[in-house]
Amino acid sequence: MSSSGYEAVIGIEIHVQLSTKSKIFCADPTTFDAADNQNTSPVSVGMPGTLPVINKKAIEYSIKTGLALGCTIREKSIFARKNYFYPDLPKGYQISQYDKPICENGSVTFKVNGVEKTVSITRAHMEEDAGKSTHSGDYTLINYNRAGIPLLEVVSGPDIRSAAEAAEYGRTIRNIVRYLDVCDGNLEEGSLRCDCNVSVRKIGAEKFGTKVEIKNVNSFRFVEKAIEYEIDRQIDAVERGEKIIQETRLWDPDKNRTFSMRAKEDAQDYRYFPDPDLLPIVVSKEMINRFMADLPELPIPRAKRFQAEHGLPEYDAQVLTGEKDVADYYEEAAKESKNYKATSNWIMTELIRELNDAKKEIKDSPIKPQQLGKMISLIDNGTISGKIAKTVFSEMWQSGKDPETIIKEKGLVQITDSSAIEKIIDEVLAANPQVVEDHKSGKKKNLLGFFVGAVMKASKGQANPDIVNKILQEKLKV
Amino acid sequence: MDLTLASFSEIAEAVQSKKVSAKEIATHFHARIEKLNPKLNAFTFINGNAVHDAEALDKRIAQGENIGPLAGVPFGIKEMLCTKGLPTTAGSKILQNFVPPYDSTVVARLKKSGVVVMGKLNQDEFAMGSSNETSFFGSVKNPWNTDCVPGGSSGGSAAAQAARMVAGTIGTDTGGSIRQPANFCGLVGVKPTYGRVSRYGIIAYASSLDQAGPMVSSVKDAALTMEAICGFDEHDVTTTQRKVPAWSKNLSANVKGMRIGLMKEYMKGSINSDVQATVDKAIDTLKKMGAEFVEVSVPMTEFAVPVYYLVAASEASSNLARYDGVKYGYRAEMGNLSAVDLEDFYGKTRGEGFGKEVKRRIMLGTYCLSSGYYDAYYNKAGQVRRMLMNQYLEAFKSCDVVLSPVTTSPAFKIGERVYDPLTMYLNDIYTTSTNLAGLPGMSVPFGMSQEGLPIGVQLTATHFEEQHMLNVAYALEGASDVKGAKPHVF
Repeated sequence: MSSSGYEAVIGIEIHVQLSTKSKIFCADPTTFDAADNQNTSPVSVGMPGTLPVINKKAIEYSIKTGLALGCTIREKSIFARKNYFYPDLPKGYQISQYDKPICENGSVTFKVNGVEKTVSITRAHMEEDAGKSTHSGDYTLINYNRAGIPLLEVVSGPDIRSAAEAAEYGRTIRNIVRYLDVCDGNLEEGSLRCDCNVSVRKIGAEKFGTKVEIKNVNSFRFVEKAIEYEIDRQIDAVERGEKIIQETRLWDPDKNRTFSMRAKEDAQDYRYFPDPDLLPIVVSKEMINRFMADLPELPIPRAKRFQAEHGLPEYDAQVLTGEKDVADYYEEAAKESKNYKATSNWIMTELIRELNDAKKEIKDSPIKPQQLGKMISLIDNGTISGKIAKTVFSEMWQSGKDPETIIKEKGLVQITDSSAIEKIIDEVLAANPQVVEDHKSGKKKNLLGFFVGAVMKASKGQANPDIVNKILQEKLKV
Repeated sequence: MDLTLASFSEIAEAVQSKKVSAKEIATHFHARIEKLNPKLNAFTFINGNAVHDAEALDKRIAQGENIGPLAGVPFGIKEMLCTKGLPTTAGSKILQNFVPPYDSTVVARLKKSGVVVMGKLNQDEFAMGSSNETSFFGSVKNPWNTDCVPGGSSGGSAAAQAARMVAGTIGTDTGGSIRQPANFCGLVGVKPTYGRVSRYGIIAYASSLDQAGPMVSSVKDAALTMEAICGFDEHDVTTTQRKVPAWSKNLSANVKGMRIGLMKEYMKGSINSDVQATVDKAIDTLKKMGAEFVEVSVPMTEFAVPVYYLVAASEASSNLARYDGVKYGYRAEMGNLSAVDLEDFYGKTRGEGFGKEVKRRIMLGTYCLSSGYYDAYYNKAGQVRRMLMNQYLEAFKSCDVVLSPVTTSPAFKIGERVYDPLTMYLNDIYTTSTNLAGLPGMSVPFGMSQEGLPIGVQLTATHFEEQHMLNVAYALEGASDVKGAKPHVF
């Protein structure tokens, strides 16, 4: 198989589940772990005569997301009914937005393998989720807990050209909505659902190829794999002279392949029309300005700032800004330590490792950012050595105590007094006459390290390694 | 006090002052329902708990509670309105076993004002009809002449009220369904301004047109009912935030200097001579009382009926999609469901559950909304609708109220038009434009045909100015020489 001469054209629709406490058109709770059909009411199951009332939080979250994606917010957007029959769609129509969506014409820019990529956002519209059908032998069960959960469907332009770009686009959107705190970004629980439209064409061709939709892929790693597979499959098919069928496919993570779910019927007619039960959503300029002012610094500009102002390497800046809580933690710790790179290192290695092992979120870390920052400053001013710091860190993790307290309690202060160190060195040299002899005669080389280690050990790691080195070198001078 | 003919104020005053118990009143009307319903088929469900509910009201009064302006007033409620624990079917087989776990806002507010719900009233299926002949529960008969229709879609409400099986009724009006049957049965029927009355819990036919209102025996009772049911509801975003005026207190028969519009377009065409005579007499009466008459023109009314059927059918095709046999209501017998294709499941359930007229309108609406036709039909209808409203608003610059016939003729015979949908649709020629423009409209009885069928006149006001039309109606009511006439079945 050869993919040369072809390019993929990919567009992605991401359903962002807005993390409002109640549903989009009624007061039902949106909790994920409720018992089947517990989060329902006459409105959400579409009982006769019930009416939708818009949840203002859902509008607010949509506007914020739109602004973060660089979209224009429509001053007057309209809810429309999308009519189709399916048992888990209680009213026989889904309340969505059609020709007047709340957000339009935005874009996001991110880096893939060091190269900057911009993907346009065609639109982002609000809609209600449907329920969930579970087919089981000769019956089907329907759970309407999800019916009416607010969604913002973010639709990209057909600008994505590779599986890696697609996955990075998805991660970027996920990071943004998590930064805004409008969605928990949990793909497994369905809080973020990706539908990828993939087609291939000869490089230079103007017309798009027939697109295939890959639905409901539940991780960005799988998005990448599924699209890679799909691109190869389509190129193979085209090379063999086969026609690509417009269809919906699913990703099988066990077999590492996509498979056909259903052929797309000739464009279903949803008979959209404005929902007469709902008023237009009117968004004032003041409202937009207010939300704009409230927007947090987003991951990509923040990473750029960390590079420019803190001198962090690109890699560090990207890792730290992936999650808002991590970036916030870093900034607070760095404010205390005044040592950006060291702070970044401690978070990216020690802290993240401990958090992962304990399955904790950074905001629940027993070590507070000021404490970590303080510890780093104690290294930098020579109070403790880097080695001792690991002990202090581990103690902080266990007890949550301040680094100064731990150092005091455990007597871990670094020995910087030259005469005290010299005394230890003399003891070590006296205890190892043969090694001293070997060193001086040049019989064995590089024995300095042995002595440093021995001295550090004798001082329980508290001796200042620089001073130890300096004195040892003098004493062992041939 | 003659309980059968008592006004709302008389009943409420008697009940609150413990002169007559609510139980006594409920028992009295319950007996009338039992006696007359076999002749009229106005009630689909009789509330077996009504007397008990009335007793509970008496107990509260005994404890010193002030119940409200409608204390102990027995009402019948159209099948379109959800009543907690009482079947609510919209006159359709597809909802024949549906008992809502909630009250519509209208019913909840009536109960709060002291109303005792006596039962549910027959209607055209999903309010689609002008004769009450499309009901799954059979035709309703007109108490003035049982060979005639009571009108529709609120035919059960009209018949029950005319025969005084209850003291008051609620109907709904999408294209004339309150005013036309009120006209056919000699009642006061009011469709308030769109947005005055919450639609929450009222089964939707055409959401942008539907509005509930009273069908009662006097203008004052209508005003009192409106005061109870109107006003903002957080469950319906299309309700207005405006305060509910004290319509009943402000009623005045003084129409001196009031400007009454006669719509050019409504004063031509083939109108039954008795209807014409009634309208002429009303004009004459009001002139004598000092009202001024002006000619107004709303040319777009020419298209009101087609626009109405496009808008209403389109919205209905979507509103009625929820009746699919999945969650509640009728589900066709299909044996082993695993062997049934989903489309067959829907087709069979909806095919058997809906009646002919409902299916006709669902198909019409589905067609109008289809891609390729949307612009030509639904969208165009919306444009005409906006023009129609603007022309009305222009007309209301030169008048306070528009007076017109309600229908071209008095009640027609059962079966006479049922096979001729187009003639049936034209019945709505004077009533639909009010709904399309969102205006308040009402029907007030003022005459009688040579055959002894009641005839009313229609009054329409501009948005939220119900008081104007209520006052003109009040003046006509006071001057009417048909007041007190009793129907054949009573």
